[in-house]
Amino acid sequence: MTSPYPILSILAVVIGALTIAAFLIWVERRLLALWQDRYGPNRAGPFGLLQVAADSIKIFMKEDWIPPFADKPVFILAPAIVFVTVLMSFAVVPVAPGIIVSDLNIGLLFFLGMSSLGVYSIVLAGWSSDNKYALIGGLRAAAQMLSYEVFMGLSLMGVVLLAGSFSLPTIVAAQKKIWFVIPQFPGFVLFLIAGLAETRRIPFDLPEAESELVAGYHSEYSGMKFGMFFVGEYMGVALISSMIAVLFFGGWLGPVLPGVIWFLVKTFVFISFFVLLRAALPRPRFDQVMSWGWKVMLPLALANMLVTGAGVLIWGSR
Amino acid sequence: MGQPMISLLRTIWLVFLHAFQKRITVQYPEQKPYLAPRYRGRIVLSRDPDGGERCVACNLCAVACPVDCIALQATEDETGRRYPEFFRINFSRCIFCGFCEEACPTYAIQLTPDFEMGEFHRKHLVYEKQDLLIDGPGKYPGYNYWRVAGVQIGGKNKGEAAHEARPVDVRSLLP
Repeated sequence: MTSPYPILSILAVVIGALTIAAFLIWVERRLLALWQDRYGPNRAGPFGLLQVAADSIKIFMKEDWIPPFADKPVFILAPAIVFVTVLMSFAVVPVAPGIIVSDLNIGLLFFLGMSSLGVYSIVLAGWSSDNKYALIGGLRAAAQMLSYEVFMGLSLMGVVLLAGSFSLPTIVAAQKKIWFVIPQFPGFVLFLIAGLAETRRIPFDLPEAESELVAGYHSEYSGMKFGMFFVGEYMGVALISSMIAVLFFGGWLGPVLPGVIWFLVKTFVFISFFVLLRAALPRPRFDQVMSWGWKVMLPLALANMLVTGAGVLIWGSR
Repeated sequence: MGQPMISLLRTIWLVFLHAFQKRITVQYPEQKPYLAPRYRGRIVLSRDPDGGERCVACNLCAVACPVDCIALQATEDETGRRYPEFFRINFSRCIFCGFCEEACPTYAIQLTPDFEMGEFHRKHLVYEKQDLLIDGPGKYPGYNYWRVAGVQIGGKNKGEAAHEARPVDVRSLLP
């Protein structure tokens, strides 16, 4: 089912992901403004769309400063890692039937593995900055992302059990009759929360925590390196949203409109929901995040997997 | 755990409802904000109803100014009427506190509801007397300091001001 023109689909996915990430900056600012009774950036171009161009010109022109006390090679490498791992994950996202860079038979595992690798970027950035706030941010990121990684994988096992496959196009195809959000509602909620924590978004932005840690792991970053962290974060949001759409809301499946449109619409709904959470929720304390993850979410994920497994045993897979 | 969870969901719902509320942003260049008549904006020097300068160069505004942005030099014309030789306000320092207006004994210096004073060069923010003087009396239409003051200037002797009694002849025994 892999596309007949691999280079074309790779280019399409890379350019698409980067464009979406760039425009998400504008989308997020407009949506936050919408929920805060403001207008947001609406001056540059139609609806302020050229704000994206202005921001990118600005961030490319800024001084790209490396502190003399930083561990230079690691400092330069760290922002690239978050970028690369998220882009790699997009390789297994099925946009529409046939539009996928690589239909791995373990696509879901590949996605989980890549999002685990992303934590290296944050930890190394915090470590190489040689700054106590950056280091605390990096440590928080390591603990938080590892903890939430555990039940992120477990919460998806229900979906895998129902679909009987780790391949994402097969999982989408298995939702022809009913979207997995209905039989796997606990799994959906767990994955949503884990995805929030994985992308380090408010309310799980403890590695950044600008009111406590200056800017956390990217305190010492400037210019386009800082921009890489931001684009990486926005692509992470887009990735988690598209994964929610694929795993629980039937990906490209939908009436009338072509599959690509359905996929993009569903992804955008979840991106907007992530922004809504940012507008609405405060940041919890770090020990609350950890105990919530280990004492509530992990047992729930295990119970969900157990019940789903029993159900599949009794009534059989589809 | 249950109640905080419901409270979180309620928060998300209430924030979502804000999408349908009225925007509070004032779209500034197209839509001007309402400025109260006593808004403290650009400073002007007013004239009395006869068209003369109200400022008597007493320096009280310069003394009251917390950032020392007012500079002036007092002088007198041939009739004995005091006026500022130059009067300079550096608006790049001015904090628009209005203390100068409160200090002014002749209602000469006044703050107006106008804040659109942006310039590209800082030195253009230094306003000289000809930039500050306006043609009218500002907020106090009928007031003329020299008509009510008991000071003798050309064309007005002692006792000729409004509500002023004739000077007492101290050498006379009559009441």
